[in-house]
Amino acid sequence: MKKFFSSALWHGLLWQAIGWAIGASFVTLIRVLMGLNPFATFGFTEPAWVFGGLVGAISFLAGSGALTDWFKWAKGEETPEHHHDPDGWEKYINVSLDHKVIGIQYTMSALLLLVVGGSFSLVFRSELAQPGLQFLTLQWYNTLMSLHGMVMIVGILLGIAGVINYIVPLLIGAQDMAFPRLNAFSFWLAPPAAILLLSSMALGGFDTGWTGYPPLSVRAPVGMQMFFLGVIVAGWSSILGGLNTIATVMRMRAKGMTAFRLPIFVWAAIATSLISATATQLIGLSFQLVMFQRLFGMGFFDPAKGGDPILFQHLFWFYSHPAVYVFILPGLGIISELLPVFVRKPLFGYRWIAMSSLGIALVGFLVWAHHMYTSGMNEYLRVPFMYSTLLVAVPTGVKFFSWVATIWRGKVFGPYPTAFLFILGSIIVFLMGGLSGPPNATVATDLHLQDTYWIVGHFHDTLFGGYLLPFFAAIYYWFPKATGRRMNETLGRIHFWLMTPSFIVLTLLMMRIGLLGMRRRIADYDASLGFGIYHVIMTIAAFVIALSVLIFFVNFFRSMTKGEPATGNLWNSRSPEWQVASPMPVHNYDQPFEVVGDPYDYGLADSVYVRFANKETGGRN
Amino acid sequence: MRHFVIVGVLVILVAALTFVGLNYLHLMPAEASAQSIPVDWLWNLDIDVISFLLALIVVPIVYSLIVFRRKKGDTTDAEYIEGNTSLEITWTIIPLIVVLIFAYLGAYTLGEINVVDPSANEIQVKAIQWAWSFTYPEGFTSKELHLPVNKQVVLKMTSGDVIHSFWVPEFRIKQDVLPGRVTDYRITPILVGNYTVRCAELCGASHSYMTAPVIVSSQADYDAWIAAQKSAASTAAQTPEGRGQQLATSLGCRGCHSIDGSKLIGPSWQGLYGSQVTLSDGSTVTADDAYLIESISNPSAKIVKGFETTTAMPKFDLTDAQIKDLVAYIATLK
Repeated sequence: MKKFFSSALWHGLLWQAIGWAIGASFVTLIRVLMGLNPFATFGFTEPAWVFGGLVGAISFLAGSGALTDWFKWAKGEETPEHHHDPDGWEKYINVSLDHKVIGIQYTMSALLLLVVGGSFSLVFRSELAQPGLQFLTLQWYNTLMSLHGMVMIVGILLGIAGVINYIVPLLIGAQDMAFPRLNAFSFWLAPPAAILLLSSMALGGFDTGWTGYPPLSVRAPVGMQMFFLGVIVAGWSSILGGLNTIATVMRMRAKGMTAFRLPIFVWAAIATSLISATATQLIGLSFQLVMFQRLFGMGFFDPAKGGDPILFQHLFWFYSHPAVYVFILPGLGIISELLPVFVRKPLFGYRWIAMSSLGIALVGFLVWAHHMYTSGMNEYLRVPFMYSTLLVAVPTGVKFFSWVATIWRGKVFGPYPTAFLFILGSIIVFLMGGLSGPPNATVATDLHLQDTYWIVGHFHDTLFGGYLLPFFAAIYYWFPKATGRRMNETLGRIHFWLMTPSFIVLTLLMMRIGLLGMRRRIADYDASLGFGIYHVIMTIAAFVIALSVLIFFVNFFRSMTKGEPATGNLWNSRSPEWQVASPMPVHNYDQPFEVVGDPYDYGLADSVYVRFANKETGGRN
Repeated sequence: MRHFVIVGVLVILVAALTFVGLNYLHLMPAEASAQSIPVDWLWNLDIDVISFLLALIVVPIVYSLIVFRRKKGDTTDAEYIEGNTSLEITWTIIPLIVVLIFAYLGAYTLGEINVVDPSANEIQVKAIQWAWSFTYPEGFTSKELHLPVNKQVVLKMTSGDVIHSFWVPEFRIKQDVLPGRVTDYRITPILVGNYTVRCAELCGASHSYMTAPVIVSSQADYDAWIAAQKSAASTAAQTPEGRGQQLATSLGCRGCHSIDGSKLIGPSWQGLYGSQVTLSDGSTVTADDAYLIESISNPSAKIVKGFETTTAMPKFDLTDAQIKDLVAYIATLK
């Protein structure tokens, strides 16, 4: 406990509370001096809460010590290149500059937020099991449903940052990320962002969904502002993380690692970082405009003042559609990265898969208005967006066909490892998400599908198949690299076989009732529609998924100390990180390596991918 | 080669079975509008392609995992197949052509949906949190949307507050309703029956309950309903309580205030007039004319106990005479 109370996390939290109180009191004081009323429904007034929230988030960063080195540099003091991290678990709740520690910090925060967001969904999923309202009020339903969306999104962003941070420097042979202090700073933005997001529940909640469309978001309680602030702070983290990844891959690759000898996951990381570094600003901007409309009465989206609510939707989706590719590109990268290792064959069409990631990222910027076919925007604008949206199917198709060709005639060592099961599950679930996409892209059919449970089923499939299942595959696959022990395979298989089929049932039923008239984001539905039985089955499926996640956590924490030791090249991979012993040394590779071959030449005799300075290893050791 | 033939046959078989299965499930609700026919045509084409692609991806994966599975004692790697440029080009070009065809068909069906009948009837639609009201060309307002079968109507829709969306699943078409502008919803009902319009854009607390009946009837039944509504409207306009009732409908008051005692977003109007109302500060007040007039013109002046947390009632732009009519109507609801 003593270690906790002296940690950066605890100091940050303390400072956030103090900063919040100081900021809010400051505004309240000014209000008193101006003769405005100092208090409102939730204690402080809305401007006081917002300013306090902002000061609190910055105070967290100062209090945790994420800024300390920069302060020292500003004062002209020298700091060591590396900081020595403590040995025990406490290094994960203190500021570390080691990309592997930060990667694990991100991953653990992501798992925590995914559990929180997932629990919200269990609450309102249970509410939906029967028509009528059982135990939630309408406002609580809407708040939990909205927070489920955004907490999951932030959880996904952190999970991606976790995998990229941990694995990209290892894959390219770098000692660390390009900017270790910026890396730590990006991570330490996440806790105050999560606290801001969740604090909205205590301040009246909000009822807009994660999309926060005005005018509804202009009328929602103060909780709405905390949601906006939380997203802006989390988005900051995402932008900086993207920049850091791009710089790292550009500048710190091992000798001989040319563009087409990069591990395929690095291509995905680049594509995703390009989006998050350049598009995230737009969601921050759109939310900031609504904040200002609420705080200062500016009429950006208010028709009575000459504003336009549809403008918000354009700004919002300009990030929020590419954001989907931020979530799935790393997941698809994990599939492409692990598949050759398990099937013992080269990745089929490496260059095409690498280019398809960039293709998806590029086309992703041109499709945002397909979320707005029914919005009342210019009718003719819908047609070009239909063309650009359907184009996404082409690079996505290249990935699927290449995966099939990679698996074809592959020889997997049986019984299938859990990580491989999750890869197969990802392909199937993402295929369901992909195939349910084109009907949303063609305007005529989307006029029926928009804002129904069909859409809910569709995007949950893309995110589970494109992010969550590959994320679990990555954890099962690289867990031994981080800990020197492997996770229990039996529990892993139980996790997979409980989670994936239940999830497929859940989303198929969502699509089924959506087509028949179930709208999304409703707290209650008409009993006469006959959806009751579907909702009962979906609720059971949701709880089976929750059970499987519980089993995963038991396995995860137990394996850290009691798992079967696995210090060697467990998967017989050609990738450089498996050529050295696990767990990874603090400064990664003791010997620099040179890339002398292609990454996935499984089945090619005497082919070597990386050669260490004084020790020949590589493909088959 | 043998494997490719077997897989090819299996793909076609699985695709056909998937297609038959999906059709058997009747995925879509009834086709109740002329516009639903092109939508469903495109949808069925989508289902063909989806069935085929599902089989095309899943069958070779499953086949390969079973047929080419690792033999006991074999520790060698699999065959070295790095790629095949002509295959990659094929599965880039063919999907490209397919999506271009789909985009063309999507635009074409959109055109069919938007065919304009210049003689279409116009009905004004007003959406507010959380009610729909429909004003007919004959000059009266109703909570129900009545439509004659086989005749195009265009709904001129606008919102009084936030964004709503007009959706009748059996009509297939959905259109958002915005404040500050008018959006069109053009529909030709082809199937007599009772349907429901459901708000499809999250619009706040009672979004789930923002529905209204849609009745498609024969031209004769429709004309009879219009005539009856018109005469009822002109009779009602003679008395204050009649005018109040019409106002309560056109303003959408009953979206939040029931007249049968059930608790919605606001207090029920049944038995309200003359009763003792407990306020949020614990005091009680008699619901007389003065209290009701104040509550309508300044909704937040006194909050009834139990309604503190619900969304505040907006202020309506009403004349004193209109407010008196509303109070007279509320007084009739015993």
